[in-house]
Amino acid sequence: MLRYLHRNVPLLVGLALLGILVAFMGIGALTVDVGSAQPLSAPALQSPSWDYPFGTDRQGRDLLAVMVAGTPLTLRIGFIAGFIGVGIGSVLAFTAAYYRGPIDTLIRSIADIGLTIPQLLILIIIAVSLKGSLTVNQMAIIIAALAWLSPTRTIRAQVLSLRERGYVEIARLNGMSGPEIILRELMPNLLPYLAATLVSSVSAAILASVGLEVLGLGPVEAPTLGMTLYWVNFNAAIINGWWWWWTAPLVVIVVVFLGLFFLSVGLDEVANPRLRRSA
Amino acid sequence: MSASVLRVERLRVAYDHPLGAVCAVDDVSFSLRPRERFGLVGESGSGKSTMALAILRLIKPPGHIEAGAVWFEDTALFSLTDEAMRGLRLASIAMVPQGSMNALNPVLRIREQIRDALADHRERLSRREFAARVCELLTQVGLPGEVADKYPHELSGGMKQRACIAIAIALRPKVIIADEPTSALDVVVQQQVMETLGHVQAELGAALILIGHDMGLMAQFVDRLGIMYAGRLVEAAPIGEIISAPRHPYTRMLIDSLPSLERKTGLRGIPGLAPLMRDLRSGCAFHPRCRVAEAGCRTRKPAMRDIADDISVACHRA
Amino acid sequence: MHAVYIVKRFGVFLLIVWIAATLNFFLPRLSGEDPVRTKLLEEASLGGYVHAGIDNMVREYQQRFGLDKPLWRQYLTYLGQISHGDLNYSIANYPRTVVGMITEALPWTIGLLGVTTLFSFAAGTILGALLAWPRAPYWMRWLMPPLWALHAIPFFLLGLVLSWLLAFKLQWLPIFGGYSAGATPALSWGFVFDVLRHAVLPALSIVLVSVGGWALAMRGMMITTMGEDYITFAEAKGLHSATIFTRYCIRNAILPQTTGLALALGQILSGAVLVEAIFGYPGIGALLFQAIEENDFFLIQGIVFTVIVALGFATFVLDVIYPWLDPRISYSQS
Repeated sequence: MLRYLHRNVPLLVGLALLGILVAFMGIGALTVDVGSAQPLSAPALQSPSWDYPFGTDRQGRDLLAVMVAGTPLTLRIGFIAGFIGVGIGSVLAFTAAYYRGPIDTLIRSIADIGLTIPQLLILIIIAVSLKGSLTVNQMAIIIAALAWLSPTRTIRAQVLSLRERGYVEIARLNGMSGPEIILRELMPNLLPYLAATLVSSVSAAILASVGLEVLGLGPVEAPTLGMTLYWVNFNAAIINGWWWWWTAPLVVIVVVFLGLFFLSVGLDEVANPRLRRSA
Repeated sequence: MSASVLRVERLRVAYDHPLGAVCAVDDVSFSLRPRERFGLVGESGSGKSTMALAILRLIKPPGHIEAGAVWFEDTALFSLTDEAMRGLRLASIAMVPQGSMNALNPVLRIREQIRDALADHRERLSRREFAARVCELLTQVGLPGEVADKYPHELSGGMKQRACIAIAIALRPKVIIADEPTSALDVVVQQQVMETLGHVQAELGAALILIGHDMGLMAQFVDRLGIMYAGRLVEAAPIGEIISAPRHPYTRMLIDSLPSLERKTGLRGIPGLAPLMRDLRSGCAFHPRCRVAEAGCRTRKPAMRDIADDISVACHRA
Repeated sequence: MHAVYIVKRFGVFLLIVWIAATLNFFLPRLSGEDPVRTKLLEEASLGGYVHAGIDNMVREYQQRFGLDKPLWRQYLTYLGQISHGDLNYSIANYPRTVVGMITEALPWTIGLLGVTTLFSFAAGTILGALLAWPRAPYWMRWLMPPLWALHAIPFFLLGLVLSWLLAFKLQWLPIFGGYSAGATPALSWGFVFDVLRHAVLPALSIVLVSVGGWALAMRGMMITTMGEDYITFAEAKGLHSATIFTRYCIRNAILPQTTGLALALGQILSGAVLVEAIFGYPGIGALLFQAIEENDFFLIQGIVFTVIVALGFATFVLDVIYPWLDPRISYSQS
């Protein structure tokens, strides 16, 4: 395992970055008072100091506490939406690719057309239409509503190529039923690929949630990473020189995206060893 | 031997692998006379295709040519510059790709694929000359002139293979290497493509190396046959000799496995499996499957030796 | 040429327009009530400085989409209205129409996005092709890790860093807007230069992030293509390596890359919305941001509809170009 990681550098980098993130959240949760992530719990606009290592914002939130409380919230949105998306996506993809025919045409067309429509805009319409402020979980569900499109498309293509392999044909000739072939023959071969798809879906969901939040459509009460950036933009922190305000959420978000990205590249390499040598 | 157009001398091609290098072509020598049809047969993985690529110097990493030489007439191919070697491909030694391959660029018309070949070999033709040349080439391989304006996906398997032959003979090469040109084609088309190939070869006066695994096809088509086993050439002799009096035990088994009209005893296969190149043991590579192997076969590698006029074999027992 | 294919693709485009309109109509009504009505009424009851015309709007809206009418009637009315290019008035800027405001913002976005997308696509594709080519200079390999890393970051985050560095710290570039506050839009060199200066930061944030993505995708496609049989045969034909590289490798690898462009347009646009919002660039994204802040529902709906239609059209154009790149398509489709 370790020797393999040595060869699959992206996987190693991805796991390391996410490991740092988990460590930060874990240690933070034990040592930092998450209550100071609320406004007015600290003096406003302090640059980083011994007391407030990440500084404080204009409303008097301790940014270290905001990061400790907000990172898991943002990740939660990503994972809920990502899991739902890949779950629905795989069911649709397997159905479409295995049975072909009109079902396939329908599912493929929906996914293809759905993907040409920018998801963020649809999410904006939904978020604006819902009355009042959202909670973190509602946010996740809304994003999940569109998160299945991309997995459906990619998993379907993968199943289609697997379907042509000899062993699937043999299983069919041996009288295995459709669902049985999907579960026993296709699934095990697709697992690394599904994992890679899941990681990119989580990443896409986080991107969508941060986007909505920056536009001011997020959970106003929750100190998520995107909401923090919304306040940064709202208060024009850059022009005012309050660099610490945006540095902390920026670094955490970058670590999240880089970690997930390298993880998915690494998993892709596990799924497609053919590309491994040429990489 | 100066009469040969192509001479392969003690060629050795190896592939690097984390578990140790693998010799895909091991110490192979043979020569090709002008206008001769030389066949090379062997099981898949016996190094036939690697040899074709090695002659054209197209082995890619992790593979590399480890030793040996290839002479085209009086030119040592391995000491040419890359550019000189490139100029020699197609112009002097052309390849007809495997029939199962999609060897034609899917987004270019046949005409353009011929044009590329001519242009990169400094054939400057006027538009009319070029059109006439394309038409002539296609006629030579039995294709109608309209094929020039078709894309590969608009052609049948047999037509594609003929188009490949047309490209291969575009510069009237002296040597044509056909690597399983009829694999994946159905039997009727197979026959037609082979006829075309034989016909253009005779017309050009080129020598031909035909690579394959179909003994029946070889018996009909070639003048001389080389048998490869596990990267080594184990027997080379005129086709009549091979059929009537095979010297190497492996050749004998190959001949015995052919279906015959007189014999109604059912088909006989060769027991055992082709060896994995990685774990070749010492001695003759064939000894584990050989019916006449003796103690010495297990330890000493048999070298190729001439045992009669134009017949050589690598076997201690022959 | 292949009329059937083009008609089919155009049909898909019309379908997208219809879907956009339908989503626009039904999504807001999913919650059981009509949020437009609610918001209009709210706005009207505020009275005060709010424009007098709002009463007219409410009356007109009631008349057209009154609760007394069945939903399908309202839906048909809405479709009829949209098919005439009527996207209603802006609630927050009453006498102005949504169409008018969008028309004003659209050129900015098309300019910014068109240039940056085409540039990053071209540059990334060339770079990716070179990265896969064994004869490319070795130093190019060092470009890969930073491009990878940038590719994983959303546009607007890079925008934040760039605006702090280049606009706030170094003061090289303006931080906000599409042109200087005092400048009057005119076709003079001075104004054009001013506009370009303002476009650098948003453009840079989009380009730096996208180039890596295209390079990565193209490199993957090149590696796959270089393993194809026709490359081996091309080598056996003794072609120049430059011919093989361009006419055999790139020419084929570009096909999935183009499909990728069609698929990525939506994502690029979503990212650009945020970039414009951050930089106050006077395009569609900033307008949308403003509309969200002001709760201007008609404007939000109008922008979403327009953008989906515009993207659908861009996809249609790419679809029409595609068979010209790949001869296999037009035949297999018709």
